Formats: sequence, structure tokens, C-alpha cells
Amino acid sequence: MSRRVALEASHAAAEAAKMADVDVISAYPITPQTHIPERLAEMVADGELSAAYIPVESEHSAMSACLGAAAVGARTFTATAGQGLELMHEVVYIASSMRYPVVMTVCNRALSAPLSVWGDHSDAMAVRDTGWIQVFCQNNQEAFDLTLWAFRVGEDPNVLLPVMVHLDGFTLSHVTEPVILPEQSEVDRFLPRFQYPFALNPDKPMTHGAFGPPEIYSETKLAQEVAFRNSKEVVLQGWKEFGDIFGRYYHPVEEYKTENAETLLLTMGSFTETAKIVIDAKRDKGEAIGLISLRLWRPFPFEEFRRTVKGAKILIVFDRCISFGMGGPVFSEVRSALYDEEPRPKVVGIIGGLGGRDMSEEDFEYVIDRGKEIAEKGPEKMLETVGIRG
Amino acid sequence: METKAVRFGEKLVTTKEFLAEGHNFCTGCGEALAIRLAMKALGENVIMAMATGCDEVCTTPLPYTSWRVPWMHTLFENAASEISGVEAGLKILAKKGRMPDRDIKCVAMAGDGGTSDIGIQALSGAFERGHDFIYICLDNEAYMNTGIQRSSATPYGASTTTAPAGKFSIGQITRKKNMVAIAAAHDIPYVATACPSYRFDLMKKVRKGAELKGPAYVHILSPCPTGWRYSSNLTIEIGQLAVQTGIFPLYEIEGGRYRLNADPPKLKPVEEYLKLQGRYRHLTGEEIESIQEMVNEDYGKLKEKVAAFPM
Repeated sequence: MSRRVALEASHAAAEAAKMADVDVISAYPITPQTHIPERLAEMVADGELSAAYIPVESEHSAMSACLGAAAVGARTFTATAGQGLELMHEVVYIASSMRYPVVMTVCNRALSAPLSVWGDHSDAMAVRDTGWIQVFCQNNQEAFDLTLWAFRVGEDPNVLLPVMVHLDGFTLSHVTEPVILPEQSEVDRFLPRFQYPFALNPDKPMTHGAFGPPEIYSETKLAQEVAFRNSKEVVLQGWKEFGDIFGRYYHPVEEYKTENAETLLLTMGSFTETAKIVIDAKRDKGEAIGLISLRLWRPFPFEEFRRTVKGAKILIVFDRCISFGMGGPVFSEVRSALYDEEPRPKVVGIIGGLGGRDMSEEDFEYVIDRGKEIAEKGPEKMLETVGIRG
Repeated sequence: METKAVRFGEKLVTTKEFLAEGHNFCTGCGEALAIRLAMKALGENVIMAMATGCDEVCTTPLPYTSWRVPWMHTLFENAASEISGVEAGLKILAKKGRMPDRDIKCVAMAGDGGTSDIGIQALSGAFERGHDFIYICLDNEAYMNTGIQRSSATPYGASTTTAPAGKFSIGQITRKKNMVAIAAAHDIPYVATACPSYRFDLMKKVRKGAELKGPAYVHILSPCPTGWRYSSNLTIEIGQLAVQTGIFPLYEIEGGRYRLNADPPKLKPVEEYLKLQGRYRHLTGEEIESIQEMVNEDYGKLKEKVAAFPM
């Protein structure tokens, strides 16, 4: 029997790693990720989980140790946030380029300076090009579900890529919600044992990480891109299998009241749930409005995204990050994804929720009203923002 | 697996080459020789993590490899953290019965830059955590792979491309970082210096470090004809002179106790070592004298440690 328990998202992610019977955890503490390694360390100390917990001296080493562990065929997990993700940046690229299926939770946090331990998506956006499969969670149940699913997809012999599960720092990481935990036998049915086909082994010596001269580097990168794009099939298959076993189905683009919607709001992560309340209110008033949320951020779900926004007149994109000199990164990406579509909605971008700034229902109302206004009249400012003074 | 060995005097040395022929090291490279010997000492039951540097670049241009043992490389500064993951992974997989427990030796190798500069944090962390591994520093006293830039292991007075000797500079103005003492300060079971000119000593130390449980550190002076600017046939002689002049003494620290492996009754003048190398060509007699004083001082301190904490 599955159990319904009260868990914060951090502990839900740790619980998923435990039920996945992870072999190696290598992590360095950083707010707001700390509850994840703390919980896992506790599980190892109490014998609830048979795993090696490596208390490394930095995030750079956290990911480096994950590479070593994955290279010998261990199921490997880590978690970080904000500056930690930045410090391990170069190693993040290595995990995907060398096809080590590490799973990492990122408790999304703003980037310094000024120092901020609070949430936004700047850390996530800074690693968008690293070749990791990346998904965003909206609530604590998803923190559990998507972490479990991440092992299933990343370790699939047809994928062998690392997976990053983004969950909002504090808003999710430190907030307690009811979470349904499955039976271990169901988890075991969903998640086969990790069989890394290229494990380093003295019986069959292999070289991992030879360098790429100009005659071959380009081909390795193209091969990586092909593998990355092909991974989407397993991403979808993984969600199908997950739904069939656990009863919760996930999609690359989640929709909420999108039927006959002339205006669509696009959000990512936990703020989606606040936005839903506003969508409800506006629908009640008869506004033809709906909400979409990008769950799968990489590989970018072009097909599903285009299909979902087809027919809408306005798409308002809410970003929790500034790409300096450019605007909202999600906004630029989705607008570019629609360029070849005919007809396509007018796409407008609004930035807010930076460094732990809350987004209230009123704020989302403003985003929608202002978004429609910009769509009609064109932008008046260099950068359209919500809830930011100045 | 059957391994053939040849006899050198009293010693048996495997004829197997784990660093395959056909690599791209410079002629006369002390590092290539050091690795070849170290690998013979380690045997085939190993997994290696290697930092970016000469040794990595000279052995693995895709699609080729010179390694006959399982080997990985990812970055410059993380060989020690990588091997931490390898070691932890092997241990837990054996504990969970997912693979046989066969005591695979975990080996990390890096140059002096990858060890005493950019990789020192990762190395310190791995020592402190007590992983069962051996870390071999191949010290050629500068960033040779990128073109002879100074590192913290470059000795005082040596000319490099980023600390060149000039009208107003002697070249390297700082003294060589004592990485061996730093390793020893972690109270790990085994720390040693070695040089490929003393091949049996080198192999013995590498084997010992690999066999002892816990972290081991072997710091190997690897003469570099390209960076030190000497004729490539002099590598062995220069390594010998480094030891015989006392500028690079061979010693071991086991359980905090010291042993000098070669303690000649009288050290040769350091000038004999310096004069063979282009990197010291600019030094005046006075400057050589001051280096001699530094060597005397350092050697004296080491002897005091050996006397105070004998093995």
C-alpha cells in the first residue's frame, strides 16, 4: 500500500533517491539544498539506505566524485543550488558529454551579487545549454515522482544522460505538503537496476575522456546532440510507464484550462500553482484564458509546445531570471520556437519573482492584464517587470 | 592472469607495458618514464583518474589511447575527487553484492600544477576523507603542457615563460611549495618522494602506497628536457643529480615517521645540477650560492625531522 505522508520537497527528493536504492551520494551543503543531503546522510547513518555518502569539500568535487562513481557503474545522486551549481558548472558539462547518468536536484536559487539565498531561476537558466535532461517541479509530489523518474530515464541504455530536477528553493524545498509514497515493490517494478555498459573495469580496460582534436571534436558534439534529442522518446515512455504504475501522468508541457483560450500564460515551477488560482478567477469572469507550464525544459519540447499554443492569440511568458541585455530567457526561447509557425500568437515577456520576491495572485493578475496590453500596443519599456520598484 | 617478469639484479619487474608504446611524450621525458615504472609497480588491477596535463594529452588523442588499464580523465583540478567517487563506488557496489570485491587499486595522477595549484583543494578533501587511493604527482616544476609557465612547484631562480629571467628578475622569485609536507600534514598513512632515475625505489614506493589502506601520496620529480632546457639524453643524470645535490631528496613518511632513502655522506654542489639546465643559465655565481644555501637549509631541516621522528 502506498502511504500519504507530510514531507517537504527536499525530503521527498531524498525519499525518492532512497527508494531508488542509490549507491553513491556526493554533496556539499548550500542553502536551500541542505535538507536533501542532511536527510540522505541520516538515512545512511541509520542503515535505512545502503549507500556511500561522500561529504566533499566543494560542489566542484561533488559533481567530480559523481563522475567517478558513475564511471564504475554506481547509481549516483547529488543536489545543489545557486552558487553551488555555478561552481560545478564545468563539471556539469562533463557529466552529459561523457554520458554519465547522474541525477541532480537543484533547489533553484538566485545568483550573487548581491548574495541571495532565495529562489529564482537564474541558476537553472545558466545551465540550460549543458546537455542535461531538465524538468521543473510544481509541488512536492512532483519532487518525489520526477526524481524517481529521472533515474529511470537517465540510466536507460538508449539515453545514458544526466538528469536535473529543478524545484524552487524554499517555496518547495522547505515547504511541507502531503506526498504519496509508493510501495518499494512498485518502485522496483518501475526502476530496473542500473547496468552501465561502459563501466571501468580491469577485466576490460576502457579509456573514458580522451581529448578531441579538431578532426573529431565536432563529430562527438553532433553525436551528443543526436543522443540528447533522441532521449525525448524515453522521456515520454518513462512518464507513460510511471503513470501506468503510479497513476500520475506527466507531460512535457502541462496545460490548465487551455481549451478555447485566446490568451495563454506560461510559467515554470511552483509559481504555476499560484497562477492557476488567478486563471480560475478570470475564467469565472468569462475570460478566454489558460495556463501552460513547461515541465520538460531540455530537450526542448518543440512539438508539444507548438501544438499547445496553436490557436492562441496571445502568449504571456513569465520569467524568473534576466538574461542581461536580452530579457527573459524562457521568453526568448519560446518566441524563437514559434517563429516558423503560421499563424502564431503574439508573444510577450514579463520578468518577476527574482531572489525570493513573492508573486501574489494580484501580481499574476497584473502579469496577465499588462501582458494583454503589451500584446495590443507593443512594449513601452526596455524590460517589462512585475513587482519590481524602479 | 600470468605475468612475465624479467630480473634486474635482485628485482623482478613485469615485462608488461600498461602505458602502451606509441604515445606522444617528448623524447627523454622523465614523466613518461615515471608513469611507465609506476604502472609496472601497480599492475593491471587498477582504475586510474588522470588530470589534464602533459600525461593526459600525450596518451589519449581521440580515437587513440595508450592505456591498457581502465582510465578516466575529465578536468584539470578534480582527479582526487574523481578517484574518491571511483573508490566509494567500487566499495559500495561490492558491499551490495553487485560486483566481486577484488581490491582494485584506485590511482590518481596529476602534474605539479594539477596538484599543488588548481587541484590542491580537491586533493586535500580526498586525503581528509580518507579514501583508499594512491595519488601520484608528476612534478616537472612548471605548466609544461601549456608552454612552460611557472607553477607553485617551480624552484627559486628557474626561468619560465610567465616568470622569465630578465634585467630586473631572477625568474621564479618564490621557493618551491613543499607539497610533500602539505600532504604529510593530513596525517595520511604514507607519503614519499621519488624520481625515475631511481627506478626500483620509485616502484617500491608506488607499490607500498597502493597496498597500504587509506590515502597515499607519492611525489615524483620528473625531469623535463623541453621545459628545463637540457639535452634529452640527460634525463636520468639530471634526476640523479637532483637527489645527489639534495635539492630533491628521496624520503618516505610512514605513520608520521621519516626515512631518508638516499643520504650521501657529502652532497654534491647544487651548481652541478643547475648548470646542465637552460632554465638556470642566467644565474650568477652569487645567485647559485644563495640557492646552495637554501638547499642546505631545507636538507638540514629534513634531516632534523628524520632524526626527531625516525622510522
